[in-house]
Amino acid sequence: MDSNLLEIKDLCVQYKTHNGTVYAVNGVNLTLQKGETLGLVGETGAGKTTTALSILRLLPDRIGEIKSGSILLDGEEITKISEAEMRNIRGNKVSMIFQDPMTSLNPILPVGQQIGEAVLLHTDLNKEEREKRVDEMLTAVGLQPSRKNEYPHQFSGGMKQRIVIAIALACNPELLLADEPTTALDVTIQSQVLQMMNDLKKRFNTGMILITHDLGVVAQTCDKVAIMYAGHIVENGTVQDIYESAQHHPYTVGLFHSIPEMNKDSNRLAPIPGLMPDPMIRQEGCSFSDRCPKCSERCRREKPGNYTVSNSHTISCFLYEQGDADKEEI
Amino acid sequence: MEERCSNQPILQTKELTKYFKTSRGLLHAVDHVNLSISANKTLGVVGESGCGKSTLGRTILKLIEPTSGEILYHGVNIESCSASKMRDMRRKMQIIFQDPYASLDPRKSVKDLIADPLKVYGVSKAEREDIVFEIMKTVGIAERFAQSYPHELDGGRRQRIGIARALVLNPEFIVCDEPVSALDVSIQAQILNLLMDLQESHGLTYLFITHDLSVVRHISDEIVVMYLGVVVERAPSKELFANPLHPYTKELIRAIPIPDLKPEHKLIHSIRGEVSDPIEPPARCRFAPRCNYCTDACMGCQPALRDMGNDHYVACALYDK
Repeated sequence: MDSNLLEIKDLCVQYKTHNGTVYAVNGVNLTLQKGETLGLVGETGAGKTTTALSILRLLPDRIGEIKSGSILLDGEEITKISEAEMRNIRGNKVSMIFQDPMTSLNPILPVGQQIGEAVLLHTDLNKEEREKRVDEMLTAVGLQPSRKNEYPHQFSGGMKQRIVIAIALACNPELLLADEPTTALDVTIQSQVLQMMNDLKKRFNTGMILITHDLGVVAQTCDKVAIMYAGHIVENGTVQDIYESAQHHPYTVGLFHSIPEMNKDSNRLAPIPGLMPDPMIRQEGCSFSDRCPKCSERCRREKPGNYTVSNSHTISCFLYEQGDADKEEI
Repeated sequence: MEERCSNQPILQTKELTKYFKTSRGLLHAVDHVNLSISANKTLGVVGESGCGKSTLGRTILKLIEPTSGEILYHGVNIESCSASKMRDMRRKMQIIFQDPYASLDPRKSVKDLIADPLKVYGVSKAEREDIVFEIMKTVGIAERFAQSYPHELDGGRRQRIGIARALVLNPEFIVCDEPVSALDVSIQAQILNLLMDLQESHGLTYLFITHDLSVVRHISDEIVVMYLGVVVERAPSKELFANPLHPYTKELIRAIPIPDLKPEHKLIHSIRGEVSDPIEPPARCRFAPRCNYCTDACMGCQPALRDMGNDHYVACALYDK
């Protein structure tokens, strides 16, 4: 078996605000192999972005803190290393694509220079070789190398996101964190960008964590899926487990029922009632218990563990505790 | 729900056009759009950013003055209405905005926000109170939030306030401008259900503007597809998805990521290029630069909508035979 590219164990992250402590990530476990794509799915405030920022150690200074747990990148514990060592990893071994391409580029630098910056910092290529690398990257993301001296405002939203992707991939990272990379784009542009990301990922054998709330995008791009709710991973499995198995966490079921389906004529959707719990309040039982149609007394008192339903599929819900879950019809 | 009401359209536009002056020339935001909405129905308007769908919604309400063309409300040209007549009309025509974070005054409490439109129309204070609590119940905001301010509420509740504000004057017609795009899926579903319930209970007519095809399919009776300011296809909702005719509509439907693993829903193909410049567009089919079926016939002028039967209209030279 391959060694894991990334292994997150029992990660807990908290934010200190003047209103109190925000429990953003509460014991997350994830593994990712080389070249694999993991979809991290959840709604606003579920802790998806916080998880990604923890991997890069980019949590806001003095506010966000990794309280416990470990993050192993290629076997190296990155929660313990110095900031200087971390800087060597960022943009080199691990890079990130942010959601909004309109704000993640520097408006006063030509785009070519922004792509070249990562190469300058992390390699010892000379100027000529760096220029060549910039041209290669622009071509790879489907832009004319001749446009490298233009500024971000001269590009459309889809093109800007391509440039951001070129920057992220310039040093050939092993791990790419993509935080809602296509949410700000129109559908036709989204499909272009996703297709390009799929191609590049295969070509460079990059491992990727794709953060999204769109279950359609996950189905098209991911190998594995982790469903996140209120700082917990409530269900984890391969795409087949999530989309085709009959056993699911009640939250996953609620998510799927909330999407208007393209192929079915239904009169009304079946949304999940209520709202996500306040992340400032530490919950005793299962974090989904308040909204769960199958909640029992026990769910309010105890936190469920991660129960294995098949080799690759775990669900954090008491319904699946003894493996007698086959009877559970969803 | 079908055929419950007369076929007299509640709202019609005739050659409705809005050009904006820019330093580079005229921006064709809405170009000769004809549409009609029957009472109690939902007309969906879909298209990508910059296709003119929001401008269309706002021009219909005369929040933006049209450059040319007519807007008929119950057969009356609202352009010709006197100021006082227009005030009465406004009561009947409301809008729900996209961003519940930007469309509510942060310094007003929930109660005051909802009471505002009533104040404008001179409803007495005592009456206002009753109506506000009534409407809060209708849209599902608990009474305890009456004194809260928008920043204390989540996106879903804020959008419910936006809906309450639109609803409080008992309108007939509401322009919903991307009312669920800023919301999470589980909340989005709650709001969509609410809008559909309100339509049934209050007999509302919606112009539903969105970029999300699965949402528009879910809520609309009829759909208009816009591209760069022009309507390229118009059909009943089911017909449009079962049998899309315009190359752009086909591409748009194919581009939606479907949440299942069927091989036919794999990401295999995508439309090339991007939306071209809306400023002084050349006289040809607006979609021609991205179209796989483009011929010389597409280069003369923007094709007009053609009746293909089944209430299905398409503006494409492919069908001009």
